[in-house]
Amino acid sequence: MAKILAVDDSASMRGMVAFTLRGAGHEVTEAENGQLALDAAGGSAFDLVLADVNMPVMDGISMVRALRAKPEYKGVPILMLTTESHTEKKMEGKAAGATGWLVKPFDPEQLLATVKRVLG
Amino acid sequence: MATVDLSQFHQTFFEESHEGLDAMEAALLALDSGSTDHELVHTIFRAAHSIKGGAATFGFADMAAFTHVAESLLEEVRSERRAVDAGLIDLLLRSLDCLRGMLDRTSRGQPAADAGSEALRAELAQLVAGAPAPAAVQASAAPATGWAIRFVALPHLLQTGNDPLRVFNELQTLGRLEVLRAFVTESAPADFAALDPGQCHLGWELRLHGAVARADLDAVFDWLDGDCELAIAPLAAAATEAVVATPVPVAAATPAAETPAPAREATVASGAGHTDGGSIRVGIDKVDALIDMMGELVITQSMLSDIGEHFDLSQLERLREGLAQLERNTRELQDSVMRIRMLPIGSVFNRFPRLVRDLERKLGKQVRLELHGEHTELDKTVLEKIGDPMVHLVRNAIDHGLEMPEQRRAAGKSETGTLTLDAHHEGSNIIVRISDDGAGLSHERIRAKAVERGLVSATQPLSDDEVAELIFQPGFSTAAQATDLSGRGVGMDVVRRNVRDLGGSVGVKSVAGQGSVFTIALPLTLAIIDGLVTTVGAERYIVPLISIVESLRLPADAVRRTAGGGEVFRFRDEYLPVIRLHHAFGCADAVTAIERGIVVVVEDGGQRVGLLVDELVGQQQAVIKSLEKHYQQVQGVSGATIVSDGSVALIVDVGGVVRLGRRGKAA
Repeated sequence: MAKILAVDDSASMRGMVAFTLRGAGHEVTEAENGQLALDAAGGSAFDLVLADVNMPVMDGISMVRALRAKPEYKGVPILMLTTESHTEKKMEGKAAGATGWLVKPFDPEQLLATVKRVLG
Repeated sequence: MATVDLSQFHQTFFEESHEGLDAMEAALLALDSGSTDHELVHTIFRAAHSIKGGAATFGFADMAAFTHVAESLLEEVRSERRAVDAGLIDLLLRSLDCLRGMLDRTSRGQPAADAGSEALRAELAQLVAGAPAPAAVQASAAPATGWAIRFVALPHLLQTGNDPLRVFNELQTLGRLEVLRAFVTESAPADFAALDPGQCHLGWELRLHGAVARADLDAVFDWLDGDCELAIAPLAAAATEAVVATPVPVAAATPAAETPAPAREATVASGAGHTDGGSIRVGIDKVDALIDMMGELVITQSMLSDIGEHFDLSQLERLREGLAQLERNTRELQDSVMRIRMLPIGSVFNRFPRLVRDLERKLGKQVRLELHGEHTELDKTVLEKIGDPMVHLVRNAIDHGLEMPEQRRAAGKSETGTLTLDAHHEGSNIIVRISDDGAGLSHERIRAKAVERGLVSATQPLSDDEVAELIFQPGFSTAAQATDLSGRGVGMDVVRRNVRDLGGSVGVKSVAGQGSVFTIALPLTLAIIDGLVTTVGAERYIVPLISIVESLRLPADAVRRTAGGGEVFRFRDEYLPVIRLHHAFGCADAVTAIERGIVVVVEDGGQRVGLLVDELVGQQQAVIKSLEKHYQQVQGVSGATIVSDGSVALIVDVGGVVRLGRRGKAA
């Protein structure tokens, strides 16, 4: 199963994402903000990164940009967890190098379907 | 169907939302006091945004709807389309109060929205000028019989983590996919050696047959916006039939995309009705310290068992060393474990800027709030319960203590009064001080009120401290006219009782014209006390060190009988009642002659009494085990513990014994 990095400053959202993915058999690492995600990404290779946009310390957009600057993260799927009211954030995320997005609110089924969509 | 019980995340959501609202409040107050730091606006926005996302995810629609409008308003502020003024800050503060209420109602399982929240939501919505209505789901256009798609990947497509194969897989789930042509784009380098496998130089001409809605088709390509050139046109009915080109089947090259998802066993037992024991966030450093200590303890243990295995007297010194090390480890481990429950008092202090601001406006006073020692750590239980008494004291200080600006000016003081909250360690106690530079306690008025209430007689001589003590008497209120803030009878006696329930004490010092200082002394933890082990007959009793004034041996003639049948003795300048613990607790075979026992003078809430015990054994830290939980509540006993020889000792509840003694005397 896949190694997934879940990045969200909200413990409840992160918990929900991690729990759902672990339930589906994935190995999930959690990070509280973009900076901690970068630290985690430096020490381990992930198959997929799921990241919130609005986070303290380092937001999701800057995190994507920094991840894409690493050669080993060139083609790794990165999905932004974003809210529908922020269409412009989707494009900002894309411009930074994100693969796609998952619109909040989503339920566990939608999350798993999207992950499946990316990982095949 | 895979079901994940989301209710297990509700408590986390409530907690983090409250934290978010606290951060939002602090940031709003900072903006209110003139800060222009843009990061503050981000903090406020982020908090609202997170709550909205969580509320929507966990199905709290009312809260999601409310935060949605609040967030829209904040988005205008963040993008500098709306200026921050006092009115907006007021509105946002009211909104976060409203959200707190909604959170509380939601956590109790009640409907979150009420008339107040709906009205406020309408007010917010009105303010959000020209806010776009939530995007309605676009009605799907009449499905065509099929689509002609020209899909050309841009070289960087793979680097965004996307994959054309995914697109084909998804298209196949919509209808029958036919690849007319696959081609290499002009971006490809002519020289094969120069080809970068990370770049994509391919394009496809596709036909998708079937009644596929355009929206579904767009959804397949949504993530590829900017990563490909895309042209989509409906197939003319005739054209569909006219297709003669040999279709290239893609199915063979791709794994079946429609395999039903295997049943996932993510199902969790329903969380309905499970009670929450509360949780605590612990810094990693504290956990690491704990693991360090544990490591040391294991080393000591193996050293001791090594000594024990081949012990002879020559090793006595090593055994002693080992035991000393064990004692050190145990103490350090105890400290580390205790520290897990310790949280900075800042979380309580943070309530006050808002409270002070509200009171300022309401009362027309000017107050500068100073906070010191926010990092001082307190036991979580103590921390949770100290907030209310502190709120009461702060309200009192602003309501009764600080004067109106004109009065202050007349008294030659700055028009702005200063209220200081300070926390620091003092021995095994935490001292919290609430001081104001107001008028101080009015001894005349307190006295007059106390006489009116029958608490003291008009002629009784009272020291200043004794007069100040009167405000802690039940039912006492000095406010000439009860405001809606304080002076409603729930007064300082309630504050004192709350603090006392936490094993602490509260007192006041005041200087007329210069202000008052309320001092709360709290134990570091509720779980452990430093105590003096005493014997009474065959029993052992532990008296908390914090309440001991002195221990002394009295000659027989030092004790006098009072008319009521009680016994008193002279201690310093006052007569104190003697409470014979063997009487109070009904112990057999105890020392009954005063001169053969020891009198331990203890103090509780300004009241001193002497406790008669047989002997003093020594000082010990006692881990309090609740009697109530294991047996039942016993008057005069706050709990039990195990002393060093393994026997059980009862911990004396000094306040309870004092009351017991007083009742015995009255009887």
